[in-house]
Amino acid sequence: MRNILAIAGKELRSYFHSPIAYLVMAVYSVLCGFFFYSFTATYVVQSLRMQAMGGMGAPPMTLNDYVIRPLFEGVLSVVLLLLIPLITMRLYAEEKRSGTIELLLTSPLTDLEIILGKFLGALLLYAAMVVITFGYVSALFIYGNPDAKPLLAQALGLFLFGSALLALGMWISTFTKNQIIAAVVSFAVFLLFYVFDWVTAYSSGTLGKVFSYLAFTTHFDTFAKGVIDLRDLVYYLSVIVLGIFLTARSVEALKGRV
Amino acid sequence: MIEVENLTKRYGPTLAVSNISFNVQEGEILGFLGPNGAGKTTTMRIITGFLSASSGRVRVSGFDVAEQPLEVKKRIGYLPENPPVYPDMTVNEYLAFVGRIKGVPRSDLKKRIGEVSEKCAVANVANRQIGKLSKGYRQRVGLAQALMVNPDVLILDEPTAGLDPKQIIETRELIKGLAGHHTVILSTHILPEVSRTCQRVVVINQGKVVAVGAPDELTARLQGYGTVLITAEGPAPEIIGKLQSVPGVNLVEPREAAESRVTLEVHVEKGQDVRAEMARAVVESGWKLFELKTSGMSLEDIFLKLTTYDLSEDEPASENPPVQQDAAPAEN
Repeated sequence: MRNILAIAGKELRSYFHSPIAYLVMAVYSVLCGFFFYSFTATYVVQSLRMQAMGGMGAPPMTLNDYVIRPLFEGVLSVVLLLLIPLITMRLYAEEKRSGTIELLLTSPLTDLEIILGKFLGALLLYAAMVVITFGYVSALFIYGNPDAKPLLAQALGLFLFGSALLALGMWISTFTKNQIIAAVVSFAVFLLFYVFDWVTAYSSGTLGKVFSYLAFTTHFDTFAKGVIDLRDLVYYLSVIVLGIFLTARSVEALKGRV
Repeated sequence: MIEVENLTKRYGPTLAVSNISFNVQEGEILGFLGPNGAGKTTTMRIITGFLSASSGRVRVSGFDVAEQPLEVKKRIGYLPENPPVYPDMTVNEYLAFVGRIKGVPRSDLKKRIGEVSEKCAVANVANRQIGKLSKGYRQRVGLAQALMVNPDVLILDEPTAGLDPKQIIETRELIKGLAGHHTVILSTHILPEVSRTCQRVVVINQGKVVAVGAPDELTARLQGYGTVLITAEGPAPEIIGKLQSVPGVNLVEPREAAESRVTLEVHVEKGQDVRAEMARAVVESGWKLFELKTSGMSLEDIFLKLTTYDLSEDEPASENPPVQQDAAPAEN
């Protein structure tokens, strides 16, 4: 455990010594803020219009449905796909390039300790980003009256979604010494899995169902509605475990090869 | 202390290390000598657990690297050819990190950092970012890292690479001072380094152990012979007699005989190139000379490839062997 923390600490320190962490968090804040502004402004205009028309028996427009939920869904579908590769690209690629991987692999650490430490470091950086999102959400509580209950599920879903991407991104980083390649390939893979969801638009048979299951965003739907569905939980946890497992195998191959 | 048994490492079809075996006694400083590409770094990487062997066994303090890697890694301090430093960390931060992952107890950490920094003369740059240090300093930080746990075993891959002459001497003194307390394997392609710091030497070439012994033993053996193969046409006993009379020739042995042509293996005094004289002896006696060439790589040839001293950082100034392979024979 001590080793895992030592590695995580090192990763975090590295992130904040380079422009990367600041860049990622700044871009995230800006994009998040843009989404937030759009949705809130739309909400304001639309709800005023509804009021002027006397309600018409339509269900009330809640902040949850019109701002919070779209915010999470928007963030996930675009922003994370772009930003998580920037976080994970250096995890193994930089160690390979600079030769420090030789230090890590000859120290009395198990491969798993190194992997978990790196994952934890990236996770903590991602957690900082999630906190930013909730900064925006909390503004709604000051000025409005959204329902706090779905927030737990939504936060969990956001967290799990990002963690799954982080695990896969870390695995991809083990294949190259070049951070750019790691980032680009990660982005391409994430995009592919995101696009799998589109298959349902034209294929409703078994194939469509398979691809839909594999898509990252599908499993966020229930979380977005404020419900924690065990099946979706299992999906994300499986992807995280898969990412870690694949990283471990890849590191073993590194030791047989180099 | 360290036992390497029949170690082999294959990269696809290439054999980087082929059936290497040697032992290192406790407290000994062993030199690993060989030209670049001989397999020194690969062997060291296997001993430290970075690479896995294709076959064979390595044991450190009785622990098998493949079976109990953590036990082995706790006892080894390793300095790879390029010091594995994080450029964005300061020296102290880096040594603290290394101390933590190598198992130095929290309470001893600060003291230990101070001690190795003093020993490796990096105390004055303790708070400087490693990325901003010169190569010499970076190398010493690498050495400091290897010493952090005060390990039983030190594996140093070209520890004086990139250092200026003064630093080289200091580092050698440092390494010599480690004998007895630590077991050291040190690899190099610089000859004097070996005789000045090591008690025993393993010579490697093309993945195989070529010689093992104390430096003076090997130098004595260097005084051995070079080998030349000569193919001539004529009465064999007379050719042999004529060649033996050439100064510098120690021994002439028949190798092959086909019709009237005979191939002889000639052992020549070390450092002497008497091929011209041998050619002349054969030709002037009226016999036909068909082929004359140096045979294989004697220890001497290996050593000739190695530097005696290099002042530049990158390319070692290698002395090209005065003897060329496959000299074209002159036919009469």
